[in-house]
Amino acid sequence: MPEIIYREAIKRGLEEALERDPRVFMMGEDIGEYGGAYAVTDGFLEKFGPERIKDTPISEQAFMGAGIGAAAAGLRPIIELMSISFSLVAFDQIVNMAANLRYMSGGQISVPMVIRAPTGAGVQLAATHSQSFETWLAEVPGMKVVCPSNSYDALGLIRSAIKDNNPVFVAEPALLYGAKAEVPDEYYEIELGKARIARAGSNITLVSYGYGMRPVEAAADRLSMVGVSAEVIDLRSLNPLDMDTVVASVQKTHRVVVVDSARRTGGIMAEVAAEVQQRAAEWLDGPVMRVGSVDVPWPYSHDLEQKVLTDSDDVLNAVSEGYGL
Amino acid sequence: MASRTKPRGKNSSKTANSPKAGKNGASGAAGLDESDVAIKGDHLELFRQMFLIREFELACGENYARGFIRGFLHLYIGQEATGVGAISALGENDYIVSAYRDHGHALARGVDVNRAMAELFGRSTGLSKGKGGSMHLFDAAKGFMGGHAIVGAHLPLAAGLALAQQYEKTEGITMCFFGDGSTNQGVYHETLNLAAVWQLPILFLLENNGYGMGSAIERVRAGGKDFYPGLATYGIPAVEVDGMDVLAVKEATEIAVGNIRAGGGPQFIEAKTFRFVGHSYADGQKYRGREEVAEWEERDPVVTFPENLIKMGLASKEQIDRVKAETTAVVENAVKFAEESPNPDPTEIFTDVLA
Repeated sequence: MPEIIYREAIKRGLEEALERDPRVFMMGEDIGEYGGAYAVTDGFLEKFGPERIKDTPISEQAFMGAGIGAAAAGLRPIIELMSISFSLVAFDQIVNMAANLRYMSGGQISVPMVIRAPTGAGVQLAATHSQSFETWLAEVPGMKVVCPSNSYDALGLIRSAIKDNNPVFVAEPALLYGAKAEVPDEYYEIELGKARIARAGSNITLVSYGYGMRPVEAAADRLSMVGVSAEVIDLRSLNPLDMDTVVASVQKTHRVVVVDSARRTGGIMAEVAAEVQQRAAEWLDGPVMRVGSVDVPWPYSHDLEQKVLTDSDDVLNAVSEGYGL
Repeated sequence: MASRTKPRGKNSSKTANSPKAGKNGASGAAGLDESDVAIKGDHLELFRQMFLIREFELACGENYARGFIRGFLHLYIGQEATGVGAISALGENDYIVSAYRDHGHALARGVDVNRAMAELFGRSTGLSKGKGGSMHLFDAAKGFMGGHAIVGAHLPLAAGLALAQQYEKTEGITMCFFGDGSTNQGVYHETLNLAAVWQLPILFLLENNGYGMGSAIERVRAGGKDFYPGLATYGIPAVEVDGMDVLAVKEATEIAVGNIRAGGGPQFIEAKTFRFVGHSYADGQKYRGREEVAEWEERDPVVTFPENLIKMGLASKEQIDRVKAETTAVVENAVKFAEESPNPDPTEIFTDVLA
């Protein structure tokens, strides 16, 4: 099977949609002539023209709101934010408008829109550009939030996101844009709201998503070397959250560590942990263990940043502390 | 026909937001003159709409006091001429976006009066099945796209609707109402810039009633209460119009809409108007004097416009009285309809979250 990098997978999904559906168009800062801050839309302007590949002013509120309006009128905009940190500037539009319009209008108006943004730390962009606000957005009803952890998922999820009739936020871990994975040429989609069992196992369940899958996979490898079989779950989607898959796994392994590469406190893994203890407490041999990055603003310096960022040692320490494995 | 609107760029010596601000302010409250006979449109229909809004809003106040309407209630009383005049210039393929003082705009657009009142009552028969309330009226089939309650946040939504009209090369345009308060929001400036850069088919309609909630605009805006001609419109052609004069607003809007449809890009109208009541039903109006309100009330378009129609021979007193009686009955029926409508079924909590 051919391997492609994450950036190419996203690009392929966007390109297909632009070719297939004239209602699909893109807006964002420097996505046209510049080719996109992370080069995802490189070449799109030449191929699809300025009507459909719209460079915007640096006005996140205005172009986010314009995307919502265009979607309300029946178009299918794809909005690129240069960083998920910039979503804060447009939060009012995303939360108050995009997510609420359908409910407030009694179902009269839908917002079929995709918002894409690079997320997460690890590329030395310091406090303002390294955050993971997909965890905040996952709390908001009326929209969906996904975060693909590899090229295969990126293509499958972006295809489904663009076809969805709701606002869908696609968080793309910036550290993964250059990562390769096998992607078949045959068409496939991945259902939004379904977790993936990345690796089957029997002794302990490790749950993560997005970039967090890296330390989790590394930890699972290291556990297998000492005879511990870890089941690894990639949430793929933060809203809807597929707790059934997580709970079923915990009922099988009796042990669980939830792992976030975002900050530890108040993230999606707090939600996962709470649901696991409520739904599967009697199956557990120990506490639901939670791992996340250190609760500080992201530092710039490489060594400091790496120490703050969740790694496989953090995961193994939690496995050991919670379950003596 | 003499234009009642003032093009951007001329200096104005008159006092902004003075009740005498209209061109014909000295001669008559509603400013009706011979030129108005030539303005096409049904004068009685304009009156009917203004009177409907007034009666509807008075009924809202009464039913708020009775406890049938809850939450925030922002009445459009005093500003009827602006909404009715502006919306009368639109076609059925145009969009309208409003802020939280949205009843008047919705009614001028012709939404079902019963369903509008039922929405305020939180009933299942409401426009949004009782899920939106006073600040969030929607009738997408009529192009009435809300009803939005974060100040200024609806401006880019309107720009997006206009973007879709441009993208799909329809003849439609989008009219966006907003108040003076929203012009201090960053998103106002972002949206005007975006609309100008992309030459969107959008009409920005500023209803300057002089107050953002309890803050007189001159207390919170550098440049004072006189927006025109000092307002930042990012090169978008702008005019000022007397918002108490329904025909002046209609004429100004017809010109602006014509310019947009002819490919002239976004246009801007500042309507000088006044709300005779508080910001919301709970407002004790400590921030302004009774005299100021009384002075504006002398130009009440719901009173002066029909008086002038009679004076000019454009309508008879009998016609006016008949419109009043019929409209009062319509609003009474709407209240009855709302009262008799069922509350939403509890299962409705879970519908309309996702498409």
